[in-house]
Amino acid sequence: MNGLPMDLIVSAALFWIALGLVGLVAQKKPSFVRNAIFPLGALAGAIVAVSAFFSSGVETAVSFLGLPDLPFHLRLDSLSAFFLFILGSATFGISLYATGYFRNEEKHIGTLCLEYHVFLAAMTFVLLADDAFLFMVSWEAMALSSYFLVTTDHKIPEIRRAGFIYLLMAHVGAISILLYFGSMGGDYGFDAMRKTHLSGMQATFAFLLAFFGFGAKAGMLPLHVWLPEAHPAAPSPVSALMSGVMLKTAVYGLLRVLFDLLHMQVWWWGVVILATGLSTALFGAVFSAVQSDMKRLLAYSSVENIGIIFVGIGLTVIFKAYAMNSLAALALVATLYHCLNHAFFKSLLFLCTGSVLHATGERNLGKLGGLIHKMPWVAWTALIGSLAIAGLPPLNGFVSEWLLLQAFLFTPGLPHSYLNMLIPVAAAALVLTGAAAGYVMVKFYGIIFLGQPREEKLREAKSSGKWERAGFLWLAAGCVLLGLVPFFVIDHLAGVSNFLVGASLENRDWLFLAPISSERASYSPLLFLIVTLSAIGLAFIAVRRFYHGRVRREIPWNCGYPVWNARMQDTSEGFGQPIRQIFDPFFKVGRELPSPFDSKPRYSAKTEDKFWYWIYIPFGRAAEYFAGLFGKIQQGRILVYLLYNFVTLIVLLLIVQ
Amino acid sequence: MAGQYINLLASILLLLAFAMLSQRRIKSLINLFMIQGMTLVANTVVIASTTGQTHLYYSALLTLTLKVVILPWILYRMIRQLNVEWDVETLINIPSTMLVGIAIVIISFNLALPISHLAGTITRGTIGIAMACVLLSLLMMITRSKAISQVIGFLSMENGLFFAATSTTYGMPMVVELGVALDVLVGVLILGVFFFQIREKFESLDLKHLEKTEEE
Repeated sequence: MNGLPMDLIVSAALFWIALGLVGLVAQKKPSFVRNAIFPLGALAGAIVAVSAFFSSGVETAVSFLGLPDLPFHLRLDSLSAFFLFILGSATFGISLYATGYFRNEEKHIGTLCLEYHVFLAAMTFVLLADDAFLFMVSWEAMALSSYFLVTTDHKIPEIRRAGFIYLLMAHVGAISILLYFGSMGGDYGFDAMRKTHLSGMQATFAFLLAFFGFGAKAGMLPLHVWLPEAHPAAPSPVSALMSGVMLKTAVYGLLRVLFDLLHMQVWWWGVVILATGLSTALFGAVFSAVQSDMKRLLAYSSVENIGIIFVGIGLTVIFKAYAMNSLAALALVATLYHCLNHAFFKSLLFLCTGSVLHATGERNLGKLGGLIHKMPWVAWTALIGSLAIAGLPPLNGFVSEWLLLQAFLFTPGLPHSYLNMLIPVAAAALVLTGAAAGYVMVKFYGIIFLGQPREEKLREAKSSGKWERAGFLWLAAGCVLLGLVPFFVIDHLAGVSNFLVGASLENRDWLFLAPISSERASYSPLLFLIVTLSAIGLAFIAVRRFYHGRVRREIPWNCGYPVWNARMQDTSEGFGQPIRQIFDPFFKVGRELPSPFDSKPRYSAKTEDKFWYWIYIPFGRAAEYFAGLFGKIQQGRILVYLLYNFVTLIVLLLIVQ
Repeated sequence: MAGQYINLLASILLLLAFAMLSQRRIKSLINLFMIQGMTLVANTVVIASTTGQTHLYYSALLTLTLKVVILPWILYRMIRQLNVEWDVETLINIPSTMLVGIAIVIISFNLALPISHLAGTITRGTIGIAMACVLLSLLMMITRSKAISQVIGFLSMENGLFFAATSTTYGMPMVVELGVALDVLVGVLILGVFFFQIREKFESLDLKHLEKTEEE
C-alpha cells in the first residue's frame, strides 16, 4: 500500500494533462470532447479523492521531471492529502456537471478542455510540491490556466478587464510568495526550510510575506477585489472550481507555511490573521447582501467564507503559540472542516447559477424568479446548498461553524488579558457574519427560485440535463453527508491536526459530536434530523386531522389582490436595502431613480467597493505617475541610451575603485 | 628600451583616440582607424620581440590583416557605395567634448592604478591608456549621429580592448583572439547590411530617423 496513493495521484494529474491535450487535438469533434473527456476527468478526480483519503503517513518522491540537477520533489502527507481530497471530490462533481454545461461552449471547447484539465493538474502539483521550485511553477501554471479560463469569452471588454485584474493580483501574490521562499534561508527544498531556524524578526518578515501572498490568492481584505470580478466572468464550472478548490490552495499554502515550514508561531501573528479574517468575513457578508448579480453575490460570499477560514487559522495560531495544543487542534479541525464544506456547497451553488444562466441567459437577480417550477432539480439542490452555506443544522455548514464557535468559547482561558477580553467580541462578530450569510441566502434563493417570474422569457426556461443533475446530486449528497456524520470526518482530520499542532480531538462517540467533553457541549446531527423530521411529520398529520380540508390554490405572493403582477414582488435591491442602510459608510452607492412619468419604471442601485477608491485607484495613479517619470528618460534616441551606458559605466567604475 | 617604444606607441594610440573624437569627415575617420590598427600591430610586435611570446606574432599578423587591410577596405567600399565619402558631420561643440575626454583620461588613469600594481608585465604603465581608449571610443559613439561613425567607434573600442589585453597579460589565448576577430568581421558585415537597409528606408544614414522607435 505504501507509495500507491502518491503514484495514483501523480498519474491522475498527468492523465488530466493528457486529457487536455487530447481535447485540444480532437476539438473538431466537440461532442466527443464533452462526452468522453470530461467524464474521464471526473473519474480521475474520484481517483485522487479516494487515494488521498486512504493515504497514510508521509510519502516523498523525487520526480523525473524538472531541470537538470533541480528535480521536482513531491510529498504526500496528511495535510496535502486532505486538500487533495477536497480537490478530487469537488472536481468529480464539477467535471460531471461540466460535461453537460459545455454543450453551449462548443466553439472553443478544445482550448477550454486543455485549460480546464491543466488547471486541475496544476492544483494537484501545488498540493504535492515539496520544494519551492515545483510549488512556484505549478502555482503559476494554476494562475495562468485559470486566467485563460476566466477570459473564455474574451470578446467582452468587462471580462477582459476582470481577467486582467485577476492576473495582476495573482502575480502580486506570487511575487510575495517568491520573496517568502527567498527569505527562508536560501535553499529551495521544503525539507531544508523545515530545518532552518530563523530569528524572530526574520520569521515575522517571512510570515508577513507569506500571509500577503497567500492572502491575495485567497481573497483576503483588501486584496479581494479580483474575486467579485473574476468569478462572474468565468464559466460556471470554472467559477465553482476557482471558488471551491483554488481558494483552498491558498489556505493550504498558509497552513503549510505557518505550521510546517516555519518552526515557530507568535501569538500576534494569530491576532493579525484573526483580525483580517474577521473583517474579510464581515465585509464579504455585507457586500454579498447588496449584490444584484447572482454570481457576484456568490463571489462575495466566498470572500466571507475565506474570512471565516482565516479566523479559524488565526485562532489556531494563537492557541498554538500558547502551547494549548488540544484547543489549537479544535480550531484547526473547524477550519479544515469549513474548507471541505465550502468546497462542496459553494461549488454546488455556482453550478446552480450556471444552470440558471444557461436556461434564462440572465445573471441579474432582478430579472429572475419563480424558477422552482421550471427547474425543480436545480431548485431543490440549490436549497440544500443554501441551507448548508447559511449554517443551518443538520447540514455541513453548521458543523464547522459550531466547532469554530466552540473553539472561541475557550479563549477566556488564554494567558493574556487583552486577548481573552477582545476575542469574545470577535466571536460575536463571527455570529453576526453567520446571520448575514443566512440573510444573503434567503435573498439568493428566494429571488431566483421563489415567487413569480419577473420576465416573460423565464416561463420557457428548461430544466437541466442528466450530466448536470449528476453533478448536483454528488455535491448535494456531500453537503448532507458531511453534515450528518461529522464523526468520520473529524476522525480523519486527527492525522492532520496531529501533524500540524501535535494534538487531535478526542471524540469517541460516533453519534454525538463533543469536541472537548460531553459535559460542555455536544451535537448530534442524526438525532436532530430525526427529531425535526418527526416533528414535521407530526405537524403534518395533525394538520390533516384537524383541518377542515377546504383548500384554495392561489398564485404565490398574490396577497389577496385582485390585480397582480410579478413587479409587485420584493426585488433584490429592496431585499438588500436594510443592510445597505445599516452599513452605509462601507458602500459607494449609485442610484438610478425612475421618473414619475415613466410607464415602466425601473429602480436600480449599484453598490461599489470603496476599497477601489481607498487603495487601488490611488495606487494605480501613483504607479502611473512614477512610470511617467521613468518614461521621461526613455527618449528613443540611440545616442542618449549610449550616454546612459557611458555614465553608468563611469559611475560604477568610480564606485568599484 | 622596449618600454619606451611601448609608451610611445601607447601615447600615439591615445592621440589617435582624441583625433577620432574631433574628426568630422568619415573618410578621415577610417584613415585614423587604419592608423590605430597599425599602431596596435607595431605595439604587439614590440611586445612579442621583447618578451619572446611567439603567439603574439600570429596575433599581430591577424590584427594586420583584419584591422589594417580588411575592415578599412570594407568600410571604404561601403561609404563609396552609400555615397557618403565626402560627408561632413556636424559635431556638437568639439572643445567641450575634448574637455570631457581629458576628464575621462584622468579617471581612467586613476582607475588603472591598482591594476597596474598587480600586473607583472613590462607594459603595465599603459593600462590606463588602454582604458582611456575604450572610454573615449564610447564617448565618440555618443557624440556621433551617423551610423557609420558609430560602427567605427565600436571597432576602435574593440581596438582599445585588444590593447588592454596585450598590455595586462600579453594577449588573450589564440582561440579567444580568433573568435573575437571573427566576431568583429561578421559584426561589420551585418552592420553593413543594416546600413543599406536603413538607407533604403529613410534615404539617409542619420540616426535621428530611427528615433521614432520610441514607444508612443
